[in-house]
Amino acid sequence: MASIRHFPATHPLPDWRNFGVMLRVLLGVNVLAALAALAQAPDLAGWSERFVDLASVVEPLLLVCLGLLSLLRDVLWRLRLRAGQTCVMALAAALAALMLSYASSLHLIDASAIGRGLLLTLATTALLLLYFELRSRAFSPAQAEARLAALNARIRPHFLFNSLNAVLSLIRARPQQAEAALESLSDLFRAAMRDPAELVSLADEVALGRQYLELEHLRLGERLAVDWQIGEVSLDLPIPPLMLQPLLENAVYHGIEPAPAGGTVSIAIVRRGDELHIRIANPVIGQAAHTAGNHMALANIRERLALYYDLEARLETELADNRYEVHIVLPCQRKRH
Amino acid sequence: MPTQTPLNVLLVDDEPLARERLRALLGDIAGQCPASVVGEAGNGMQALDILRETAVDVVLSDIRMPGMDGIELASHLGRMAKPPAVIFTTAYDNYAVQAFDLNAIDYLMKPVRAQRLLAALQKLSAQRPLAALLNDIGQTVRGGGRTHLSCHERGRLLLVPVAEVLYFKADLKYVTARTVEREYLLDESLTHLESEFASRFLRLHRAVLVARPALAGFERAADDDAEAYGWALLRGVPEKLPVSRRQWAAAKAELTA
Repeated sequence: MASIRHFPATHPLPDWRNFGVMLRVLLGVNVLAALAALAQAPDLAGWSERFVDLASVVEPLLLVCLGLLSLLRDVLWRLRLRAGQTCVMALAAALAALMLSYASSLHLIDASAIGRGLLLTLATTALLLLYFELRSRAFSPAQAEARLAALNARIRPHFLFNSLNAVLSLIRARPQQAEAALESLSDLFRAAMRDPAELVSLADEVALGRQYLELEHLRLGERLAVDWQIGEVSLDLPIPPLMLQPLLENAVYHGIEPAPAGGTVSIAIVRRGDELHIRIANPVIGQAAHTAGNHMALANIRERLALYYDLEARLETELADNRYEVHIVLPCQRKRH
Repeated sequence: MPTQTPLNVLLVDDEPLARERLRALLGDIAGQCPASVVGEAGNGMQALDILRETAVDVVLSDIRMPGMDGIELASHLGRMAKPPAVIFTTAYDNYAVQAFDLNAIDYLMKPVRAQRLLAALQKLSAQRPLAALLNDIGQTVRGGGRTHLSCHERGRLLLVPVAEVLYFKADLKYVTARTVEREYLLDESLTHLESEFASRFLRLHRAVLVARPALAGFERAADDDAEAYGWALLRGVPEKLPVSRRQWAAAKAELTA
């Protein structure tokens, strides 16, 4: 099964195909170019003009370089770290030399500027490579795993004890239902105690969500209605564990329990292109009074998404027409290993 | 042991299975402590409806319930002529349990055990917790004020939904609550009401709190008016409420905000 150990942030040579990495490289290089322009410009007014001049050289070089690197990613990853970094530097330098000598042959720049351009390219590349190496150390698998373990969703004690109480009252009258409920409860706790770094299949996560909602249905009876809508999704897609259940728990705790007449929790899962969309909605009761716990659960899931996917996953919430909706977008990961 | 008259018990919980379990446990301990269940309710409002018609010795009530929770239920019971004893049941409410321990209020942890239930029923304390204390506990547990105020009128307990109150006004001895239909005399202090419902009610005057949504406008009083610096106009009722010089700026800011 895939695990967090294979994720891009944990490799010292970055994954050039990752959106977060591209964004960081583009920003980093442009900030450096802006600083260089500031150093060269005679005054503040000349700054933007100088920056545009520089950008006309820097941007094409940068984009070609990133394109080549993302093509070569798997080859570079197979090399030892220092060798890989040297290759990246050599590639950047070679591209810079090519472009600069072409530009000087057209008399766009002075031939004497080639050496300076090469040095600046090498320095910028080295700086970025150093940054990514340090960053991967900060996100080392051991640390990321420890962080995940601390963040791993916890089941509310309120739910545990109320469920046990409900099961106890079933034992005399309806022993079979009591057995089924205890089995679901034990599955739920097995999931909560599993290694948080391992990804699970979407099918498992959906099954767990259904079991959880059945337990809630036992307690709340007719007050809880559930509406599942699962579109054309391959159910063996890997996703981080316990993404769905804590959100369902929130929906029941804040949207159904405080309502005397109950309501409907609806879950929609669809795939759009390379993205998996999960939406969970519940009715809102009066003014959203106890939101502190809710915000904690959401912040927790957001942080876990960042650890698994960096910038490629997002979580949004929306409050409209007395409905509260949580919307998660995950990249559909192809299994890499 | 002499035969006892059975205790009349009311079960209050929003989960049907939780009520079923209490009923079964009461059956188990009937030998030592005979009890008959005289009613079941899914929240505090339903419980109060039953209590108006039926004589009850003990209320076994959950804390977290939709509509009206168990702590608010207990605080309204305190205003009845002969209030029943209340034993809270709770699955997990750290703060409430600490407060109950500190103030010797009876409670049972869920899942409830027969022996604990028996012990609690046998040592029912004659003392009822004070409504003010319950209000404080309830406010922390639910993160807000009560949903209703209670008013004792000719031996009957009336409930006034807080959402319908337009303003509170303190007279010499009483506080009156005004809804669109009528006025109710309350046994509460204006200061307590102000702090409990701070997000909904605004102080206009030493003796007046107004519901923010009820405010319609303001007008200045005549210079020789000793009673008020200005007057507040309300939606739904013709009366005007006095505004003191001290509150004038804050009150006007409320309407423009």
